[in-house]
Amino acid sequence: MTINTLAKGGCHREQMACFRKMEKVIVAMQDPDMGMKMRNQRLLITVIPHAMTGHDIITWLTHKYRISEEEALHLGNMLVKYGYIYPLKEPRCLVLRPDESPYRFQTPYFWTSTRWPASELDYAIYLAKKNIRKQGELMEYEKERYSLLHKRINHTWDFVVMQAREQLRSSKQRRKADRIVLECQEQAYWLINRPPVRSITLYCIQLYCVVHIEACRKALGRNRVKSSICLEGFLKYSEQYLNHDPIMQGCLPSNPWISDDTAHWTMNAEIVPVPTRLRVERWSFSFTELLNDAMGRKEFMTYLEKEFSAENLYFWQACEDIRHGENSKIVEKVEDVYKNFLAPGAARWVNIDSKTMDKTLEGIKRPHRFVMDDAQMHIYFLMKKDSYPRYLKSDLYKNMLAKAIVPQETKKSVFPFMRRQRHSSPSPAQTATQAAEEEGLAKGAGANSAAGSHF
Amino acid sequence: MACQGLQKGETLESLKRESETLKKKLEEERNKLNDVELHQVAEKVEVLSALSIKTRRVLKGHGNKVLCMDWCKDKRRMVSSSQDGKVIVWDAFTLNKEHGVPLPCTWVLACAYAPLRSLCLIMNGYLGLDNKCSVIPLSLDKNENLAAKKKSVAMHTNYVSGCSFTNSDMQLLTSSGDGTCALWDVESGQLLQSFHGHTADVLSLDLAPSETGNTFVSGGCDMKANVWDMRSGQNIQSFESHESDINCVKYYPSGDAFASASDDATCRFYDLRADREVAVYQKDSIIFGASTCDFSLSGRLLFAGYNDYTINVWDVLKGTRATILFGHENRVSRVRVSPDGTALGSASWDSTLRVSWSFSTGSNYIFRFIKLLFWVNSRLVLEFTVAF
Repeated sequence: MTINTLAKGGCHREQMACFRKMEKVIVAMQDPDMGMKMRNQRLLITVIPHAMTGHDIITWLTHKYRISEEEALHLGNMLVKYGYIYPLKEPRCLVLRPDESPYRFQTPYFWTSTRWPASELDYAIYLAKKNIRKQGELMEYEKERYSLLHKRINHTWDFVVMQAREQLRSSKQRRKADRIVLECQEQAYWLINRPPVRSITLYCIQLYCVVHIEACRKALGRNRVKSSICLEGFLKYSEQYLNHDPIMQGCLPSNPWISDDTAHWTMNAEIVPVPTRLRVERWSFSFTELLNDAMGRKEFMTYLEKEFSAENLYFWQACEDIRHGENSKIVEKVEDVYKNFLAPGAARWVNIDSKTMDKTLEGIKRPHRFVMDDAQMHIYFLMKKDSYPRYLKSDLYKNMLAKAIVPQETKKSVFPFMRRQRHSSPSPAQTATQAAEEEGLAKGAGANSAAGSHF
Repeated sequence: MACQGLQKGETLESLKRESETLKKKLEEERNKLNDVELHQVAEKVEVLSALSIKTRRVLKGHGNKVLCMDWCKDKRRMVSSSQDGKVIVWDAFTLNKEHGVPLPCTWVLACAYAPLRSLCLIMNGYLGLDNKCSVIPLSLDKNENLAAKKKSVAMHTNYVSGCSFTNSDMQLLTSSGDGTCALWDVESGQLLQSFHGHTADVLSLDLAPSETGNTFVSGGCDMKANVWDMRSGQNIQSFESHESDINCVKYYPSGDAFASASDDATCRFYDLRADREVAVYQKDSIIFGASTCDFSLSGRLLFAGYNDYTINVWDVLKGTRATILFGHENRVSRVRVSPDGTALGSASWDSTLRVSWSFSTGSNYIFRFIKLLFWVNSRLVLEFTVAF
């Protein structure tokens, strides 16, 4: 939904989609076979035909959409709020009550979707009238609009034709002079106020077509991967990260939000003396995971120093700094990188293939944000394919993993004992039931012993 | 409707026809490699155990609709912006309000935290005169007049709908009602790159968490979701299967796919390598549009906030709804999972923010079972637990 219409005080364009959906629900409810059972409801002395109870509505919704009662109540409330169903007992209280309160369907004429200015429904009725009266003598554009409307508001088309016929019949009862005046006035009104089809000009449509064709042509030439391979990827990812997802599996020692204990956050802070096991395991999932974690990066750097290839990581970091840093500092940063990493005899010379080196050196003459991209990519993949797998097999990593903490899950057993005070003296009336339950629990206690040990 | 001359009508028809034919051809190409559906592949995955997600914190303090919220990197603080012109920084853990930044105009559409310390705000002045995006360096000193330090960065010709920092505090990506996205340098306010291709308002954008970190996705009122290359400004991929405005787009944690939430009451899942839509999350009983969505840390769950005040939680792989959260009393404008995945924050037009989390871990079930035993017979349970 765009705020443009809101700001200019216009109608909410997006509402149409949900009104149509609500109307579908209402039409389904009124279906003679599968719809709701309507009965006559008593309201004081009068008997209201074709009414239904709130309870019936909720039951019907629960069955039709296979949802819980709570959700059916929520949905039913929306239908009442938007005026598709109205209550008979308290007309000003737009709430669905899940009891015997009577409700009725609103007639389509007063549906919220028809309350737009210069509504399409009124226009459709007008065109239908004209069609019936003059036997198909509509203007060209009117014929177009008529068929468009027929497609768009098809679900109320019977209503449209019926209304048109009613209005024609009642107009026949007027004096001829009045009738002609009314017809002219109506015709003039619709000539000026007919609802627009689209508010964009022909030129724009042409432009969009050209853009769309361009995009399609490019897309046709894409390389695509087979679905089975891509989708397996999602399964693997979700499985790999399952233990790291607190909403799915909880977290150790406990979710801070549940237990009010921030130990989990303290243990997983950016720099800690000893990281948790889950965190160290995560470094093995992908190279990005290792680099994104400050501690992981530090460890990797230590490893690279041992292997005498630390300049690669320093170079990569410097390139990242150029890419994401301030615009004004780019030139000086590129200079620094050249001096430290690329110039012949540089202190931390990085080994890049000659083609990329030439291209980069050319680019340095006119430095910009992305000038180091190719070289950076080359070094990144070098580290990923070579140093990273070796790091994971190294003693340094294995020791880290062995040292890593596995936090103990916090015991929550203290609390129930405190609450126990309230139930300390059972009333005499309960002793009989107590005896029966003791028996039942003795049987259950055997099964619970396994469960209890998890404490 | 203005008719620009009959000769143009001729070419328009042929253009339309060509456009339609190419669209069909593209669909065929995409379907050639479509050998299996996501829910079929997901049949071998275990069904989710009954999720018990409850809302346990309600942050009250805004005087009007809360339009946006974002989590801070420290996993417990969040920032929220509201139509009452205030931006509040909360410590959601203790329910304290840490900062309140009052702003001169009312429509503060969005806010986002930068990786380091800055805060980005999108403000649209009354009657749309502003169209600016501002950055405020956030500090913990409560005496600082933060509003005075704000710095205007982006300027569009129409309202700014979404903003996101790239990997640092120095660059800002914005999406706008003028149909374009733009990349800005925060320090100088200079436009670095602009992205044209949407044919209507762009409502949302999200940065890809990929290795190269060079792409982002945007969704708009033209029902299209476009993937862009930040460096060249090119539109790399385009997806058009929604039936109404796309309100929110969010990448899957691996960066190989993204989800979109739309006014047509569905959320859809698009795979970037297969180049097609692979799942639709919808239900007949869900009638109102979805305005926001976010993935859980593992990507198994998709949280979506709807205009009927609910939050539906979808099983991404199986395509079914895992659970539904009630509680908000007006539209849900934003849902965001905390950075370490422990909690879900949601902002709503009912002027509150809520934090929800999951209670469904194995030991919790044991805990609840023990509690149940207390209700039956307290003394017997005491003896039972003491024995262990």
